[in-house]
Amino acid sequence: MDLNLYVWRQKDKDSQGRLEQYKAYDISPDMSFLEMLDVVNERLIKEGKEPIAFDHDCREGICGMCSQVINGVPHGPQEKTTVCQLHMRHFKDGDTIYIEPWRARAFPVIKDLIVDRSALDRIIQAGGYISVHTGGVPDGNAILISKKDADTAMDAAQCIGCGACVAACPNGSAMLFTAAKVSHLASLPQGRVEAAKRVCMMTEQMLKEGFGNCSNHYECEAACPKGIKVSFIAKLNREFIKAQF
Amino acid sequence: MRFVENPVGKKIAMSVTGFLLLAFLFIHLIGNSTIYLGPDGINTYAKGLHSLPPVVWTFRIVMLIIFALHIYFGIKVTLENRQAKPNGYAISKNINSTLSSRTMIWTGLIVLAFVVYHLLHFTLQVTQPHFITSKNLDYLGRPDVFKMIVLSFQRIGITLIYAIGLLSLMLHLTHGIQSLMQTVGLNNERFMPKFRLFGLIIAVFLLVAYLSIPTVVLTGVLKA
Ligand code: HEM
Ligand code: SF4
Ligand code: FES
Repeated sequence: MDLNLYVWRQKDKDSQGRLEQYKAYDISPDMSFLEMLDVVNERLIKEGKEPIAFDHDCREGICGMCSQVINGVPHGPQEKTTVCQLHMRHFKDGDTIYIEPWRARAFPVIKDLIVDRSALDRIIQAGGYISVHTGGVPDGNAILISKKDADTAMDAAQCIGCGACVAACPNGSAMLFTAAKVSHLASLPQGRVEAAKRVCMMTEQMLKEGFGNCSNHYECEAACPKGIKVSFIAKLNREFIKAQF
Repeated sequence: MRFVENPVGKKIAMSVTGFLLLAFLFIHLIGNSTIYLGPDGINTYAKGLHSLPPVVWTFRIVMLIIFALHIYFGIKVTLENRQAKPNGYAISKNINSTLSSRTMIWTGLIVLAFVVYHLLHFTLQVTQPHFITSKNLDYLGRPDVFKMIVLSFQRIGITLIYAIGLLSLMLHLTHGIQSLMQTVGLNNERFMPKFRLFGLIIAVFLLVAYLSIPTVVLTGVLKA
């Protein structure tokens, strides 16, 4: 199939970017979205033009590097799927596709579709870890954790830190990401010890990085490729209230 | 960092003040509904209320502080959120957000304008200098609040202003009530749809209940 693309091109952080039109020819429905862009880039390189810069790494939906807003939806039209796992069979011959970078003040565009997401790393550095002594490797099941808590922690741990929640949020808030990390650690006994300090430090860092506040629009949940639920944001809020006492 | 600077702290302040405002709306509604008991009902109620100035004034000042805090944080949070998203998308799509959630600041500001008008209208009585309750007493010598209300709402323009104010309030609360539940951490996956429905029901109930008074006056069911 042939496609009509509008892609955000921006030379560097300080330049003014704009949407440019490209044609993609002979795209197979079995290609992934990134492979489609690879095809376009090969042609651009052959023509002596600058290829479209985009982030990617694992291309199997686990690293969280790929980051494109496709027709207004972070990670594109397929639910719970990263761009790298989105296949061209979800598009039709002749479709027009808009491809834009994550947009948020905390995510400055570095080049084309690549944004700087290190703000998320600094939120983790502010408290997304466990520093209490947990001793040597414990025997299996020495510390009993209820199935419910284990499930909650595992569900929250699904977050791959891609930042689609921030991209989807009308307020550029990183609450879903932060809530996933806070909930993950707060659900486990090793993480409980520092739970109060963690939730305060991580939400404060969120503010310092220039992310917005949560208005409970829930756009993040719709965009998240890992199905992180906004109920984790309610959990973060509970943890924050507990931390005051 | 102080509680009120933290992103979650600010929202908790908004939800607590929002909840107290909501509680006030119910108290105020009970007071208003004495109009259905006729002139004796609401005039007795109004006189009773004003016979205790220290209570009335304490209540007014507390409500003013709560309202001011809600407005302050509402504006602050909205400005911060806009700054956090300086550039939008060429193509943008709303999936989970609603008209009501995206217009909170506007419905809030309309409610604010309405409350100012409402106070000028019925409390300070400056918008209708020809009918001041302190000069128009009923047969028992009480300020004739009943007559003031009926004469006002017989005018379509005034009823329209009330309708706009109350409609904005309904939109504000349609998102506000379920948002409050999430902010204070009571929400979970199972309750989410229930809270949404609950919020909508309360919002529509308040609209219908408050708007019933101008409606019965305008339609001539309630006469002076
Ligand atoms: C009787 C009047 C009012 C009531 C009952 C009320 C109630 C509420 C409630 C329950 C919330 C949800 C809080 C949360 O998200 O946790 C809210 C949010 C909000 N209110 Fe009000 N409110 C009132 C008036 C106002 C006024 C006058 C403004 C003017 C600025 C305003 C601005 C806002 C804004 C901007 C939000 C959303 C905050 C956000 O984006 O997260 N409200 N309100
Ligand atoms: S919560 Fe979802 S959208 Fe947000 S960073 Fe984690 S995986 Fe990505
Ligand atoms: S490239 Fe790793 S998740 Fe898409």
